[in-house]
Amino acid sequence: MAIETDAIGKEWPGSTYQVGREKIKEYATALGIENPVHFDVEAARAAGFRDVVAPPMFCVVYALPAMAPAILDPEVGINLATMVHGGQLFEWGEVACAGDEITTTPKCLEIYEKDGKGFYVFESVSVNQHGEQVLRAVWTNIVRGV
Amino acid sequence: MNVGDQVPELKVTPDKYLPHRYAGASGDFNPIHIDADFAKAVGLPSNILHGLYSMGLVARASAALADGDPRALRRLSVQFRGMGLPEQEIVVSGTVKSADGDRVVVDTVATQGENQIIRNAEAELEL
Repeated sequence: MAIETDAIGKEWPGSTYQVGREKIKEYATALGIENPVHFDVEAARAAGFRDVVAPPMFCVVYALPAMAPAILDPEVGINLATMVHGGQLFEWGEVACAGDEITTTPKCLEIYEKDGKGFYVFESVSVNQHGEQVLRAVWTNIVRGV
Repeated sequence: MNVGDQVPELKVTPDKYLPHRYAGASGDFNPIHIDADFAKAVGLPSNILHGLYSMGLVARASAALADGDPRALRRLSVQFRGMGLPEQEIVVSGTVKSADGDRVVVDTVATQGENQIIRNAEAELEL
């Protein structure tokens, strides 16, 4: 069965996430990260940050929800039951700190078939409330048995 | 840093409930990560770790080169392969692949026993 590729190039509206101190703590704790700049506002300010700063991989927290409309779009046609996360690229810009409002906009870069699997590649760009880019991400999802 | 230098090895054994805490922290509640019965019903050995959790450990191991400075990691790309499981030790190890001034590129793998759960991980840091 040929894979549907009409969604290549499609963009979805951005969605905005407000970064909070307690969420940064919760994320850092789950990853076992202990640097006080992620927990204590005074430590963060002493290190030159405007507020409690997020670890780089906190990008998952603000960017992942924005990807849902793309991944669930019937025009893309991903079978979620057989989807696995195949690869991931993150490129960081400005750091994310508590109080930031980060808007993430997804786009479909590629859809192709290889070895009986469907490859669905999305790009997202995240900018903060000052218009500074905090993240570019490339998400590769693989669907078995297309 | 010089080419061939090793990144300090990071060893973590995620406990049984880590996938639940990570689900809450990240917002990813896909049942394959938190429901062993569901996971088995779709052909997995048990509930599996979130790939992005394992990637988070790779990021943490890389950031250790910069004493955990969250500004240091500029880029990280990974491929997810074998499935990671709770209650088994994860070992993250890395080698400096190139060093150009303050820009360092590190090749990293994350393994559980013989099973590579993240491979071809490439981290670029500004030290």
